[in-house]
Amino acid sequence: MAVPSIALNTRRHYLNVNYGVKSWLLTTDHKRIAVLYLISITMMFVIGGIAAALMRYELLTPAPDLVESDDYNKLFTVHGIVMIFFFLVPSIPAVLGNFLIPIMIGARDLAFPRLNLLSWYLYAIAAAMTMWVMLSGGIDTGWTFYTPYSSAASPTLVIPTAVGIFIAGFSSILTGINFIATIHRMRAPGMTWMRMPLFLWSLYATSIIMVLATPVLGITVLLLAAERIFRVGIFDPALGGDPILFQHFFWFYSHPAVYIMILPGMGVVSEIVAAFTRKRIFGYRFVAFSSIAIAVFGFLVWGHHMFVSGQSAHAALMFSILSYIVAIPSAIKVFNWTATLYKGSISLATPMLYALGFIGLFTIGGLTGLFLAALAVDVHVHDTYFVVAHFHYIMVGGTSLAYLGGIHYWWPKMTGRMYNETWARFAAITIFVGFNLTFFPQFIVGYLGMPRRYHYYAPEFQVLNVLSTAGATVMLVGYALPFLYLIPSLWNGKSAGPNPWGAAGLEWEVASPPPPENFAETPIVTVGAYNYGPVEEKIG
Amino acid sequence: MDGLPLFPQQASTAAGPIDLLYFWMIALTIFFVVLIAGLILVFTIRYRRRHEAEVPQQISGSTRLEIGGMIPLLGLALVTFFWGAWLYMDLSQPPQDSLEIYVIGKQWMWKSYHPDGQQEINELHVPVGRPVKLTMTSQDVIHSFFIPAMRVKQDVLPGRYTTLWFEATQTGVFHLFCTEYCGTDHAGMVGSVTVLDEAGYQDWLAGEGTDPVGMGSTQDEGQALFADLGCAGCHRMDGTGPGPNLVGIFGETVPLEGGGTAVVDENYIRESILDPQAQIHEGYQPIMPTYEGQVTEEQILQLITYIRSLGTDANQSDSEQP
Repeated sequence: MAVPSIALNTRRHYLNVNYGVKSWLLTTDHKRIAVLYLISITMMFVIGGIAAALMRYELLTPAPDLVESDDYNKLFTVHGIVMIFFFLVPSIPAVLGNFLIPIMIGARDLAFPRLNLLSWYLYAIAAAMTMWVMLSGGIDTGWTFYTPYSSAASPTLVIPTAVGIFIAGFSSILTGINFIATIHRMRAPGMTWMRMPLFLWSLYATSIIMVLATPVLGITVLLLAAERIFRVGIFDPALGGDPILFQHFFWFYSHPAVYIMILPGMGVVSEIVAAFTRKRIFGYRFVAFSSIAIAVFGFLVWGHHMFVSGQSAHAALMFSILSYIVAIPSAIKVFNWTATLYKGSISLATPMLYALGFIGLFTIGGLTGLFLAALAVDVHVHDTYFVVAHFHYIMVGGTSLAYLGGIHYWWPKMTGRMYNETWARFAAITIFVGFNLTFFPQFIVGYLGMPRRYHYYAPEFQVLNVLSTAGATVMLVGYALPFLYLIPSLWNGKSAGPNPWGAAGLEWEVASPPPPENFAETPIVTVGAYNYGPVEEKIG
Repeated sequence: MDGLPLFPQQASTAAGPIDLLYFWMIALTIFFVVLIAGLILVFTIRYRRRHEAEVPQQISGSTRLEIGGMIPLLGLALVTFFWGAWLYMDLSQPPQDSLEIYVIGKQWMWKSYHPDGQQEINELHVPVGRPVKLTMTSQDVIHSFFIPAMRVKQDVLPGRYTTLWFEATQTGVFHLFCTEYCGTDHAGMVGSVTVLDEAGYQDWLAGEGTDPVGMGSTQDEGQALFADLGCAGCHRMDGTGPGPNLVGIFGETVPLEGGGTAVVDENYIRESILDPQAQIHEGYQPIMPTYEGQVTEEQILQLITYIRSLGTDANQSDSEQP
């Protein structure tokens, strides 16, 4: 079999410096580890996607006809667990962050290269564990593991899944520690905090959340396991526990985890918008500090998942108002990206299509989040399809569009090759259209009252569900397309050269693909990010 | 458009005000989405790249614009917060004169217990134009009681009571859904809420609603249990027993051993039956044994109904004492 001849000449780079399985599985090169993550995360995404497709086809009719109740419950559980813990959380940090952080700050590698490899192994072990669970009977608790169902009632493989998530959590924590240490200690001379690309600010904020929030998830699943195995009463009222306590613990991680998933996407969008307008990001400082503000306030809003759970009304009031506060820094980002377009030199290349799609869909996702923060409205829409639509606008319309945008933006850097631009734009538009057709009807069917996690439902909800399933089919095609033009580009893509987009940034000053050590000698940085020219105009 | 409803029926007093807030938020959403999408569209066309080497002028930003944008946003956010909070406080405070119905959720059905003894499964009959308060608990895992047409929802927890209230504004049959995932047949844990006019409701109470097995009312069952379980031995009606006299105690605030007070409501009585030492009425000894494992959720509700029937105010209790 022909090995893709990535480089058109024999220049030494990270892909051809040595060959063989061992050279990959024992690598400590952040770029190779990023590729390992890219492959494993893509596999998990496909698995989570298949589960989603099966669910959508089941929901085509109001009757339970494609799968049994228990199978449907396992499908949405595996979809949630795989997509959140094995795709969305690691996607941008572990693939794009791993590849780019050292290059963007002018370093040879992350601070702890072997720890980085360990992160990937932990991820792989956790993913394998989850796959084993799936093949040996599955788990039906939903990705939220609410007690006492998960600790006392579910007859499925809760413990092995919990162990898998515990291990995946350590992968996250180690990545976060590595990124924080790297950004603090490894910046090249002259790379001050205020000269860093905004992608790094967002990954820095993300890493803080990973390090502080993920241990709580670990503790929570351990307590869950203790209750399930040893009948220690923590969450189950029959044993003297409190089921609401579980929800507090769970959301104390899982709400900040939403920001683990979206902040890196915001960073990618900042990079793409700057590159394809050839402008510095409007209000750099505001965008940078809004990432930190989101990370901090993101820790204080977990109770907005529990407005109808039985927590006190006064707690609900506090969580509601804090949820409105945390929306402000997100709004700042949206306004600054839009303002960056003003008087730019805008190119609608594929990455930019994804970035603009992100801005639009994230705006809808964010604003519909405010419906859920409004207490009385949340009482009605909580646990309906309205919520499903909202968080898919953030997670799919937001994070996964940003991830795909980032992959398309840095693909030439990672592989040295260009992909087919026409097909790529077509795929981006297909995904955008399919996405909206899938999830917009869910807002309506949710307000009508259709609960989530139902695989048969009242007949008046059918038309909207059919639209949604049709959209999912379009999206499926859209997601399949990148496989069809990205992979062949490894063989027959045009040579990219170091800077195919004419973008500013240290990563575009090294060759594509970069040499193993990134820089022959440590660069000295004299300008800030997005240095497309001197600042000629100040507004206000 | 029968096959494609786009908006749920408004069948309760809460529905109109909540929908108004919903429309306000839709208006905000449309405004900002049109604003952002419109600006993106205009800028993308107006400032499209004209030639490959083009370098636009650089703009660093504007603190005044950022702050100036933030303040109105914060204002809109606060308005929406207070609006939502105000309606929510309403939803969390059932009116005093509500019709009281008990609900037990279990995998995968809803059982409801009316004050006069009628019991239903996966159905709930209520009168129009009267506030109805549901006091709910679960026999196993967490469920959630949701009537979309009334815009009300409340999780139903094992081990304690939660409440929900609504006042129906029109007669008809409405969906009842479980909205907290509860295992295999979660999607089948559905039912209907039938709202009747007052005459129809009285007919229902008298007719179909009567328990087909011919058991007594919830209150009678509770009274029988109160005797069978030996409660009456200590909780004597004349106040001479070693336990507190329960006549007229429901709804009262009582002092506790070790300081503090507690309101004698469903949760307090439930706790006192299952874990009697948790909050002891001042002046009494911790001698009551636990009934944990000896009474079902249904029996606890029967006992509560009985204790409740012993009067909720002092006058009534005075008159019952010799």
